[in-house]
Amino acid sequence: MIVIVTIWEIISKTNLFPTFMFPPLLIPNDPGGVTVLSTLVNGLISGQILGATGMTLGRLLLGFSIAVILGLIFGYLIARYKWVDDTLGFFVTALQSIPSIVWFPLAIVWFGLGNVAILFIVTIGATWTMTVNASTGFKNVPNLYLNAARTLGSSGTHLVRTVILPASVPHIISGLRVAWAFAWRAIMAGELLGGNGGLGYLLDMGRSLQSMDLVLSIMIVIGIIGTIMDNQVFLRMERSVARKWGVGT
Amino acid sequence: MKVKLEQVNKSFPKGKTDSLHVLHDIDLQIEAGEFVSLLGPSGCGKSTILNLIAGLDSPTSGEVYVNDKKVKGPGTDRVVVFQQGGLFPWMNVMDNVTYGLLLKKMSKKEAEKKAMEGLRMVHLGNFALAFPHELSGGMQQRVAIARALVMDPDVLLMDEPFAALDEQTRLILHQELQEIWQKTGKTILFITHNIREALTLSERVLLMSTRPGAIKKSFRVQAARPRNPSDSVIVDLETRVMKELEEEMEKVLKEEFGDDYRLKTSAVRDRDRDYMGDHI
Ligand SMILES: Nc1ncnc2c1ncn2[C@@H]1O[C@H](COP(=O)(O)OP(=O)(O)OP(=O)(O)O)[C@@H](O)[C@H]1O
Ligand SMILES: [Mg+2]
Repeated sequence: MIVIVTIWEIISKTNLFPTFMFPPLLIPNDPGGVTVLSTLVNGLISGQILGATGMTLGRLLLGFSIAVILGLIFGYLIARYKWVDDTLGFFVTALQSIPSIVWFPLAIVWFGLGNVAILFIVTIGATWTMTVNASTGFKNVPNLYLNAARTLGSSGTHLVRTVILPASVPHIISGLRVAWAFAWRAIMAGELLGGNGGLGYLLDMGRSLQSMDLVLSIMIVIGIIGTIMDNQVFLRMERSVARKWGVGT
Repeated sequence: MKVKLEQVNKSFPKGKTDSLHVLHDIDLQIEAGEFVSLLGPSGCGKSTILNLIAGLDSPTSGEVYVNDKKVKGPGTDRVVVFQQGGLFPWMNVMDNVTYGLLLKKMSKKEAEKKAMEGLRMVHLGNFALAFPHELSGGMQQRVAIARALVMDPDVLLMDEPFAALDEQTRLILHQELQEIWQKTGKTILFITHNIREALTLSERVLLMSTRPGAIKKSFRVQAARPRNPSDSVIVDLETRVMKELEEEMEKVLKEEFGDDYRLKTSAVRDRDRDYMGDHI
């Protein structure tokens, strides 16, 4: 980490590239000049970066939640009914392989350039992996648990709520993790092209203003949020569930 | 008659067209309040019979009756202690044990009181808040037994419930199960590999033959209770059952290895001879 930062600083100071293309991270090249750190701090204080982050996360959470709910419903139907598996299940595998940004032209035509189109991209980017993971989870509920619950008098929605859903939690969590990663990529692409506020939009603005210090600041923010979600939230959930459910270690 | 199987056959599909005939013309009757053990080699179809009575599977042909009613599906009059426990890992011990009670529309307070009694019976009163993964295999099995017992079912179906336990715990639970049975008069079908276990616990031992599974012989155990494994009646029966079971095992091994079976045993003998020869 330190090595990379040092090398970056040195390259920046050699004047091999103009400062706007290769801005220094910490120490300004000329007195009062820009650094990525100062832009980041200023951006956070002035609320420009903070506001954009909030906007992006808000969209992301909304799209992600819709995707998760859709994924659980589709997944359940696929696991439950053979004919849904043969039709939708097959289709989902195909849809999953299409990068979600490919939907953008369609989304613009359907919803116009704006919030809804971006939301659509995010949702569609996360729904299919969630569906696949959820259906795998539901299909692989051990018979032993189902039988135990049924002999104790459970059936119908009670069985779904108390056994089928919790027994699928390990698969559902890995689904959430992948779906989140897909949604995260989708929203960046969507905002970059969609021009409607958010981190992606700010990135595009940084490009047109030729201020790479802003671009780099945003990249740092994106990296930090991504790492926190993956390591702190999903990986932890995955580990504790694996321990409790008695799978893995 | 509490439980009755009439000419029950069960086949499982094997491959696309083939099928595996697991149970052949099973006729079985268990009286109300009777303690019956089902003994037989691994894979002879013991668990399959239990699943049919529990209503978790249906026979290919023949009829299964419980309380003179045809079994159509699972019901809380028949509770199962599964071979692999089957506790829900996402619930703590208390929630596992109250699961069925709450489904019976019992109040939470009452259910917890009853569950606590059940847990104390299997000496796990202090583990109500533990999760299954925090318990040893034997403890988990005892929770599963408590979960079944608190349901107060007419018929208790137990599939090798003590197979994973150490000898001491098993002996304690044998005592307890006998007491519970004498006290409550439940009808119990108990599956085991263990001849002595079957003879110490039950009034009747059904010996199964294999491929396809059928009831080969029935032994009545007329020893005084509480049972003592060194009781002469039990010791005598043990040798008789052992002889029958050995015949059955031999048949299984022969089938499994085909003609190789004889070849293999003689090969072992040959090697022994060579080995000794080297040292003479
Ligand atoms: N769902 C199933 N599908 C296909 N075959 C099955 C199924 N359940 C059991 N079998 C087969 O039926 C036979 C009997 O199985 P079962 O579980 O009843 O044996 P068991 O007597 O309980 O053996 P063990 O003492 O090892 O538990 C086995 O050969 C098994 O492979
Ligand atoms: Mg079995």
